[in-house]
Amino acid sequence: MSTATVWLAAVLPGAPLVAGLLGLLLPPASHGDRAPARRLAVGLGVAGAVVALLAALALLLRVDAPVEAATTWVEMGGLRVTLGLRLDGVAVLVATAVTVVALAVQVYSTGYLRRGPHDDVDVDHRYPPYAAQLSLFTAAMLTVVVSGDLIMLLVGWEVMGICSYLLIAHDRRLPEAPGAAVKAFLVTRVGDVGFLLGIALLGVGAGSFRIADVLAHDWSTGTLTAACLLLLAGVAGKSAQFPLHTWLPDAMAGPTPVSALIHAATMVAAGVYAVARLFPLFAQAPAALAVLGVLAAITILLGAFAATAQDDIKRVLAWSTVSQIGYMTGALAVGAPAAALFHLLTHAAFKALLFLAAGAVIHAVGTTLMSRMGGLRTGMPVTFWCTVVGLGALAGVPPLAGFWSKDGVLAAAEATALDGAGPTASWVGWLVWLAGLLGVAVTAWYATRLLLRTFFGVSRTPLVRPHDPPASLRWPVLLLAVPAALLGLAAFAPWFTDRLRVPGDDTGEAVELVHLAPNLILPFLLLAAGAGVAWAGWRRDPAADPARFLGPLRPVFARAFRLDDVQHALVVRPVGALARAVRAGDELGVDGLVEGVGRAAVELGDGLAAAHRAALPRAAAGVLAGALLIGLAVALIGVGS
Amino acid sequence: MTFGQVLLVAVVAVPAVGAVATAAVPGDRAGRLVGTAAAALTLLATLPLVGGEHGWFGYGPRPAVQPWHQLDLTWVPGLDLRFHLGVDGISWPLVVLTALLTLLCCGYTLWRVPAGGGSGRALVALLLVVEVGILGTFLALDLVLFFLFFEVVLLPMYAIIAGWGGDDRRRAARKFALYTLFGSVLLLVGVYLVVAAAGTADLVALTGGAGLSRDTQLAAFTLLALAFAVKSPLWPLHSWLPDAHTQAPTVGSVILAGVLLKMGTYGLIRVAVGVAPEGARWASPVLGALAVAAIGIGGLVCLAQSELKRLIAYSSVGHMGFVLLGVATLTATGLQAALIGNIAHGVITGLLFFLAGAIKDRTHTGSLAELSGLRETAPRLAGLLGFAAVASLGLPGLAGFWGEAFAVVAAVRRGGPLWLTLAALAALGGALTAAYLLRLLRRVSHGRPSAAVAPLGPGLAGAELTAWAPLVVLALAVGLAPALVLSYASGPVEALLGVVP
Repeated sequence: MSTATVWLAAVLPGAPLVAGLLGLLLPPASHGDRAPARRLAVGLGVAGAVVALLAALALLLRVDAPVEAATTWVEMGGLRVTLGLRLDGVAVLVATAVTVVALAVQVYSTGYLRRGPHDDVDVDHRYPPYAAQLSLFTAAMLTVVVSGDLIMLLVGWEVMGICSYLLIAHDRRLPEAPGAAVKAFLVTRVGDVGFLLGIALLGVGAGSFRIADVLAHDWSTGTLTAACLLLLAGVAGKSAQFPLHTWLPDAMAGPTPVSALIHAATMVAAGVYAVARLFPLFAQAPAALAVLGVLAAITILLGAFAATAQDDIKRVLAWSTVSQIGYMTGALAVGAPAAALFHLLTHAAFKALLFLAAGAVIHAVGTTLMSRMGGLRTGMPVTFWCTVVGLGALAGVPPLAGFWSKDGVLAAAEATALDGAGPTASWVGWLVWLAGLLGVAVTAWYATRLLLRTFFGVSRTPLVRPHDPPASLRWPVLLLAVPAALLGLAAFAPWFTDRLRVPGDDTGEAVELVHLAPNLILPFLLLAAGAGVAWAGWRRDPAADPARFLGPLRPVFARAFRLDDVQHALVVRPVGALARAVRAGDELGVDGLVEGVGRAAVELGDGLAAAHRAALPRAAAGVLAGALLIGLAVALIGVGS
Repeated sequence: MTFGQVLLVAVVAVPAVGAVATAAVPGDRAGRLVGTAAAALTLLATLPLVGGEHGWFGYGPRPAVQPWHQLDLTWVPGLDLRFHLGVDGISWPLVVLTALLTLLCCGYTLWRVPAGGGSGRALVALLLVVEVGILGTFLALDLVLFFLFFEVVLLPMYAIIAGWGGDDRRRAARKFALYTLFGSVLLLVGVYLVVAAAGTADLVALTGGAGLSRDTQLAAFTLLALAFAVKSPLWPLHSWLPDAHTQAPTVGSVILAGVLLKMGTYGLIRVAVGVAPEGARWASPVLGALAVAAIGIGGLVCLAQSELKRLIAYSSVGHMGFVLLGVATLTATGLQAALIGNIAHGVITGLLFFLAGAIKDRTHTGSLAELSGLRETAPRLAGLLGFAAVASLGLPGLAGFWGEAFAVVAAVRRGGPLWLTLAALAALGGALTAAYLLRLLRRVSHGRPSAAVAPLGPGLAGAELTAWAPLVVLALAVGLAPALVLSYASGPVEALLGVVP
């Protein structure tokens, strides 16, 4: 390993970290687009992302074999915590994806967080802290990506969470934003309780938190299964998997570029990445993989069905994120981390594209509701075609990126289901495969609906004159359309597939991401069916929502099977009631006891004082009686001794 | 006398002399300036204490306490009392933290004297006397001397609360004094028991049990641990704390939460565990269970709390629960977590109380129902509050993380069903911490400005920034480089645990 590689890897999270910390020192409220603080903030944010991107590209060229470097961070009573790097092909590819999306989002934000045609006069976007938080977020994600130590990974993991909290709550005009931000952080934090305990089990067992040491340790099945299951709790929280997925749709209260960066392309992928990073452990814990498979299957369908009935364009995309990450965790569950990572990369491209394009739409029409859009195709051709590419990739239209990566996932699940391949039981394969296939049809349905409702038909807010966005918004969208369309073809390049090899896979066999087999036709038919049904429904009445065909299921899907209500009833309200009860108990019981002792002492004193307030005869009698008693006692004791 | 010994004397003597000078100098502002200068000198004196020999190079078995510098003078020969001071890796970070926070508080008083009380220089003088007591407690290597310094703190702190506090200050001050006095009685009995049984009060000789019988150790540990549990505080002996912290003036709250509580946890590690290791081993499950109860109950009470300062005060119960959990595990990991947790809590909660004081001074209310929209009118103040809250919830990368996460790791390391359960509950308590701090931010920072918040200006006074900036920097620095606190602690901790059965 060369020192230059290590330095590059340190610059990767370091540059945006410095940019973010400096940005936080800028005056938070900048008024007007030309304020110097805003310009400086734009410069810092973009510069941090550019440097990180350059470092990632350089590493992409340099790293062909795994690189490890570590220095002791702190010694906690014999447990060594390291500041460590662990670079391999996977890390570098994911880092590249993160930095590309981060740069696109930083540039896009400069145009998006500016007084738009539909903003009131007093809009104040507080750009400096926003850009700084984006930079910090990028640094945190890159820390997770390059980290060679579980504690360091946890640092990045949680800092991402807090940045996401800050960014969701950014828009002061939305009354629901602070609540959504708190929800996002708390739900993931509950998952992180498990994540921390899992890391603690692994670190204590291996005597070190270094990932290399943890992977090399000889684990007993019980400990390993427990640790993996605990880690999965954190993964479910971060990657919005059932049952901890409830925060993601609400997180759409954040500005759209934030949704693109955090809630589509990178942070939610961190859970998948973490499992892939530790995959040799999971491969030895089939029980944990089975649990992951069940959750993945539920999540794929839950997300897809919930996406069918949303009216908010961002919430459709949010639910599709939930569903697509279900495909990734499903691939992990059937023992195909390479397929999961491939889908992670293509998803990063096409979902960032979709969100940024949706942002352009929202920018133009001033609403997120599809019921107030329609007919935008003519006014916004660039946005329209980019959305077509993104939705095509999402649904899996060949030869766009999503087609190849989703096929990889389905093929792996099929292999486990039919041939029992991989570390997991075949029923898990069946579950993931069938859910994945059904998901393909549903995804095609809601993607088609989104396209038709937004861009086709007649405009439902005729007063708006929609137009393609300015250059700072247009270029990121256009550039992201390239990988969203073409990244799938990378699966044919051995250079690319070799880099997706996970640690522990020393077989030297080629990593096969594409399976050109006759059963490719099955997902394709399902795709055509889903899209066709949506199109047919729309043709009947182009003004009406195809979601009306869901009938009585529509409100259930729109509220995502009312799992929010379940969470509210089972967790939020009981905890609130418990808190009030404990507070009352603490104040009346514990403190009441203390106060009571004090009062009793005072009262006792008062009582004794009253007893001593006596008239002369009684006092004299008392003194004589006391003297008599003492005399008696002395006499008795004196006789006794 | 060596340089180190001079420093040891200076650390205790400079604030004492400074307190007298502050009270004697004519003129209020001049007095405050003198006091602040004394506090600054004290901080300067604490820093070079870190120099000197850190290893054990002598012959024979390694002693359980190896001070870097020590000063051992006969004090009252008739009673065999010795003036024995020393500093090592366990006490040094706390000594520096105490000196720093006192300096910040004195400097803050230079700018603003709490309304409704006496003169500013009297407050500064009292702060310096409190500093003498706290520093002496951390430095004392003689059990009787330890007790004396421990008690020096009580009355000046009572006066600070009663003289400059909020509306209900007299009751709160009385409760604080009487409750902690009750703890002191137990401490006195415990000290007497140990000294009478062992025939010496020297902590260096006493550490490791000094041949005390098992029964004596159990009794001594019970008494000492109860005394320190009141100070720390450990649930259910905590109820003096919310009143005292809420009613105390800002600088009083900062000192109370920042360093005064640490006398309890420090005493638990140095005195209770050191002198009665068998007792510590015997009582550790109970201590651990109570610590976890404190984490959970502290968090839940905060979740239902409606007053800003009271919420932060109760959060101390939970945070100190993590520290006590670390101690209770009796593992090297746990003790190190407790040490860094102590420092982190001092820095972060000190900052939180400063900010809460600033908010209350500006809006004249602490009720969460009347505060909202702070980030609209005072974005810097809101940003700092957000930073402090995020640090307090134990965000990795900031100071609070290490103590809390590694208390959990230490409990996992101890192993067995009981400790694994405690670890899981403590980790859940961490999620609860996030819940109440984010609730606080949502109420105070976000939303539309309330009537109390609307007239606020965005500016911060220079004195405020000066007092807060070191704490902000420390919260970040200790988070990024925990070795700042821990690099000197591993030797002393290993040595101490070497005597625990």
